Amino acid sequence: MTKTEFPPAIKSRPVYGVLAPRPGALHLIVADGDGAAAVTDLLAKASDRASMLASTHIIYTPGPDGTDRSADLAALGAAQCYRAPTIPTLLPRLQRVLIDAHMGTQFYLAGTEGLIGQAERDIMATGFPATDIQKEHRGSTVRRVQCVHCKGITENVATDPFKCSHCGLNLYVRDHYSRRLAAFQGVNIDAEDPGQIPQSVVKFK
Amino acid sequence: MSGGAKLNVRVAEVVEVNALIKRFRFVNRDGSPMPAFSGGSHIVVEMDDSGTRRLNPYSLMSDPEDRAGYEISVRRDDAGRGGSLYMHNHVKPGMEMVISYPVNLFALDSRARKHLMIAGGIGITPFLAQIAQLSHLGGKFELHYSARSKPLGAYMDRLTQAHPDRVHCYFDDEQQTIDLGRILSMQPLGTHLYVCGPKGMINWVLSTAEKMGWPIHALHHEEFLAPGTGKPFDVELAVSKKTITVGTTQSLLEAMEAAGVDAPYLCRGGACGQCETNVLRCDGQLLHRDHWLTPEDHASGQKIMPCVSRFEGKTLVIDR
Repeated sequence: MTKTEFPPAIKSRPVYGVLAPRPGALHLIVADGDGAAAVTDLLAKASDRASMLASTHIIYTPGPDGTDRSADLAALGAAQCYRAPTIPTLLPRLQRVLIDAHMGTQFYLAGTEGLIGQAERDIMATGFPATDIQKEHRGSTVRRVQCVHCKGITENVATDPFKCSHCGLNLYVRDHYSRRLAAFQGVNIDAEDPGQIPQSVVKFK
Repeated sequence: MSGGAKLNVRVAEVVEVNALIKRFRFVNRDGSPMPAFSGGSHIVVEMDDSGTRRLNPYSLMSDPEDRAGYEISVRRDDAGRGGSLYMHNHVKPGMEMVISYPVNLFALDSRARKHLMIAGGIGITPFLAQIAQLSHLGGKFELHYSARSKPLGAYMDRLTQAHPDRVHCYFDDEQQTIDLGRILSMQPLGTHLYVCGPKGMINWVLSTAEKMGWPIHALHHEEFLAPGTGKPFDVELAVSKKTITVGTTQSLLEAMEAAGVDAPYLCRGGACGQCETNVLRCDGQLLHRDHWLTPEDHASGQKIMPCVSRFEGKTLVIDR
């Protein structure tokens, strides 16, 4: 599996590139699911793979579709490689690492939008420029969506429209994205004509 | 009128800071407060040097909360084109002058967790305003300031007195150098780097930081270029339907202004991009000296920054 190609969208929608090695004292890699393949591709491009691995810290969790390639990553031989069971348990480790990290750290994020977005949000909060964080999308395209009405966040949204997991409103999934919240925005689709809800279709897999 | 709105000011004070540097304070002629500015801003000072119009950019060094006046420090350049000599020799208290509104091309990024500042010589001036601003707001900073010698280290006393644990001074004549690699390796995540000083120092700091993996959007620098001198050349101005000659010590922008052409400008030092002009025909070599255009723009031969760049060759036609 290679980098995910998304159709062109509004400017707010995040875009992703391909991870490439850059100089740094620490290579902090955060990935989930099929993002593991982007990590192995990244290390294959390193001019001095052994020295990059010696200063690499990988934080990984299986993807929302259950893909678990943590064994592939553990086999790389990075200085540190940690497997968290879920994204919510991965984030505290990332936040702890960020407290002691110095400038000269390179960030590489790979996998689904929920994981990439939340890691980017926490890195950005330190004052590190968001545009200098490398991101590559791989695997599932399910979305993390905020209900703009009750503010509740629903993870792994596959259909559009969908029912808010908090307040139960029927939400249309926009491409409008918040980096601060690391979530797409979901807007009530039947506000004016309650009950008039378009057929829900699987848009994100 | 190009260059934005102007301020009619009076010189309130001229202070000799050291053998090379003088400080000038400007106040509004009508006594009203000066427009607010943020640390890192500069103004363009207009000078009438016995018929020659000079417009030089200088960083504001005073406290941004001091709305009663603006202060700049000017280092005398005996080999320069004459702007700093005019300021040193002719500007006296009480004199009426015209300056531009402040423009900031070197602002602090307020998202930063910490501001790391590196200054060389007169490059200290924007940091004085930024440090005053951060002191009011409680922002974290660390300054490394290098000067040729102790007597030429302008404002070092006031800086080290106010911030003894944050200001580090270095003197060339005592063979002290900034241990850049060590300093850059110790900065917490979210630090932004700012450098202002001679070209060689800026290049050294930026390239070292990039090699050490610092993100480019956390690196900020400011360097105002003097237009520099060169061989005289002719330019055809397609819109104004004029052909002008740019003199040896004149910039293309100044030559256009002398011919009565109202060309856009702001910083006059190759940094802001305001004077960017399309090249319609070029039979010769554009001598690019700006920091604004990309290397691709420079190679394309389609654009020129008239404030600092020159031309050598047969024909140059620009869209102005």
